[in-house]
Amino acid sequence: MRYALFLGCNIPARLPEYETSAKFLLKELGVDFEEIEGFGCCGYPFKVIDLTTSLVLSAKNLTLAERENRHILSLCQCCYGTLKKAKKMLDEDPSLRNQINEFLKADGLNYRGTVEVKHLLHVLYKDLGPEMIREKVSNPLSDIKVATHYGCHSLRPSSIVELDDPSDPRLLEELINITGAQSLLVNKRLECCGAPLLGTNDEVALNFTREKIADALKNEAEYLCVACPYCKLQLENFQERLFGKKVLSTILITNLINMAFGLQKAH
Amino acid sequence: MLGSVGLLAFLVFLGGLVFKVSSWFRCSLRGEREGFKRFVLGFSSLGKALFSSKIGIILKVLLLDGILQRRTLKESLYRWLMHILIYWGFALLIVTHALGKLVFEDYVSTAFPHALLRDLFGSMVLVGLGMAIWRRLRKAPTLRTSRMDLYAIVVVLVIVFSGFLLKGAKIISYNNYSRMVDEYASFGSEEEAKALEAYWVKRMGLVSPEKVEEALIAKGEEIHQSQCAFCHANPRWAFLSYGLSRTFVPLASGFDRLNFTAKLWWVHVLICLIALAILPFTKFLHLISVPLSLVINALWDPKRSRPLNLKTKQMIELDACVHCGTCTLKCAVLDAEKPLGNIRILPSEKIEPLKRLVSRRKFSQTELQEILQGVYLCTNCLRCTVSCPSGINLQELWFEAREALFERGLLEPALLSPLSFYRGLRAEELGERYEKTILEIKEKLLRRFEPKDNVLQMPEEKEFEFYEGTFSGCFACQTCTNVCPVVFQYERPEEVLGFLPHQIMRLCAMGLKEAVYGSEMLLSCLTCYKCQEACPQGVVVTDILMGLKMEALKALKEERDEIRSISGV
Repeated sequence: MRYALFLGCNIPARLPEYETSAKFLLKELGVDFEEIEGFGCCGYPFKVIDLTTSLVLSAKNLTLAERENRHILSLCQCCYGTLKKAKKMLDEDPSLRNQINEFLKADGLNYRGTVEVKHLLHVLYKDLGPEMIREKVSNPLSDIKVATHYGCHSLRPSSIVELDDPSDPRLLEELINITGAQSLLVNKRLECCGAPLLGTNDEVALNFTREKIADALKNEAEYLCVACPYCKLQLENFQERLFGKKVLSTILITNLINMAFGLQKAH
Repeated sequence: MLGSVGLLAFLVFLGGLVFKVSSWFRCSLRGEREGFKRFVLGFSSLGKALFSSKIGIILKVLLLDGILQRRTLKESLYRWLMHILIYWGFALLIVTHALGKLVFEDYVSTAFPHALLRDLFGSMVLVGLGMAIWRRLRKAPTLRTSRMDLYAIVVVLVIVFSGFLLKGAKIISYNNYSRMVDEYASFGSEEEAKALEAYWVKRMGLVSPEKVEEALIAKGEEIHQSQCAFCHANPRWAFLSYGLSRTFVPLASGFDRLNFTAKLWWVHVLICLIALAILPFTKFLHLISVPLSLVINALWDPKRSRPLNLKTKQMIELDACVHCGTCTLKCAVLDAEKPLGNIRILPSEKIEPLKRLVSRRKFSQTELQEILQGVYLCTNCLRCTVSCPSGINLQELWFEAREALFERGLLEPALLSPLSFYRGLRAEELGERYEKTILEIKEKLLRRFEPKDNVLQMPEEKEFEFYEGTFSGCFACQTCTNVCPVVFQYERPEEVLGFLPHQIMRLCAMGLKEAVYGSEMLLSCLTCYKCQEACPQGVVVTDILMGLKMEALKALKEERDEIRSISGV
């Protein structure tokens, strides 16, 4: 399958390690991917500003990938959820699609609906499969305990994102176990990291961040594994403010697998 | 005459430049008056950098990004070639032509190689200008052409084209020839004079009012070689001017009657001098501000550089923008411009109003709101900054502009959107202002939609733009509220959050959605989709909460504050 790597806005600007490690990993796994000139904001932050604008932004990205005959591969939960939701809305409502296509006309684009939207986790686990990843593990990460954090928009609303069982997913845990590390089924693994409210309601946002980290620590996690730039930035950046010092390392799933592949020095 | 006009133009230029440079220290986005402090600090920092190991970085940046235009090349070969042709062509014209007498010991404009070089460099500029005009005429929906862009192209075009025209007219001018002969030639006989004229008509492009004798050409060449050739190369070396002169041949006598070459010379020179005199107030200031911006940004260290210098840097950056539109091409939210109808969303269209803002011009409240929305609707993806050929840290400019506008009491509903994530990451450096701004916009929203005593009488029924009717399945089982992690945080959630999710769904079903616009619940929703996932009736609870928040923020946006004109900061 051919993919268009969708980095979104946060990763290149604030989390370049996710970009590098994801590209590293995808190349190692022989995935056919490309970045597409013209990809922009997925539309996520505009959902509460103007839905039409949000859909225009989503549709532009979907259409650019579609034009290249590639499926979108997102590294971010919020981009993923937004693009998938937009796709569903546009696919199901021809008059909405026409309305949005009017905006794309100037760029010579027209959304048809043939593109698929996938998250990295989906590509790793479902398109490539756990066996393919297991085969490449040359440096099993034994003895480390890793708590998981899915990131809301990879699981819910399940009718749209369809990644795994929204009430009891195992996909991330299984990926971690393949690397040789020990995944921990912590209580708060399906909770929000708090990032969506950062900057608008920090009290609530940081409560969630605090509880999440405290829960992982209570379960003696050495790492908290994430697969979304918002989650990573949120869970990493506020530990000092919340706990007085850095108490728990967050690790991107891409880095974890790369380590197991022996592609990077042990973290 | 020329000397005094030239001196005057240069003095006006210097005065303007001093004024401009002083504005880099006097002005700021927030409007503080600390010009002297900034002046002293700015120059001492610059001095320190010049006399340190950093001089290497400075020279490297000036060479690669300034002279060789590396940053432009990285973005587009077309734009690089276009700009290099204009920039190098014009620079070389200034050195080898305008300042020829100062640069070369025995400079004569009609001799070889000067005649060739002038036409060569002039043609470079013309080709570059052609590319620039084509780029702006071609259908590029995001590239706007301002009056300043037009001025820059027209001025260079007029200068170069009048130059070619002048040279072309000189080649054919009999007046010119006679004057030269009177001044420099000495003939033994009338026939010698005729011979030279014959040679010039046949070989040097001259147009004579009388017919010349072909037989005299050989003799004429001898005289030409001994008396003229030292200063006059074959005019065909000036290939473009010569070609142009052939089209003027029938007009030659008319040109001479009007004394066309002398007039054209003044046009050519005066436009150059006027352009120089007003340069600090035109796009051509970028000749100075861009190298400065490139160097300052190369030396800039966000952790160690002085905050006071940041303000100066940003004022220089505003003047370093050449409105090339590269940032807009890269902007992640450029497609939001059309649906929202606000041109200030495009990064290249934000600079001009910000320049007016720092120079304390008057703005209407509406325009200020547009600018604020423009700088706020930004995902802070850094792509404008990375791609700017002038090396401007655009993202930081937007950040500072937002905070400056908040300080002036303006508020933007999008503050309550996930776009604020970036602001949240930088909360600590903003200090008290950070929380204050959020509280202000929240308060404005809550006050605007404060629930009245009798909710049922308050709002009129309104259609939902999206998700219409989906909430009608709600029978208030409270599952959504029970699974909500935000609700779960509080002992008495209704006191903090206002209406809870199930109540909001019921109110929507009753057509009373406006009643919930002022509910804190909308502002505290994480959009984690737990409620929507859990709803047994398939109500898209989270999407509805988001939709309601969107409507509330929009209503707040549309509500016009009383229009007051604010002058300056």
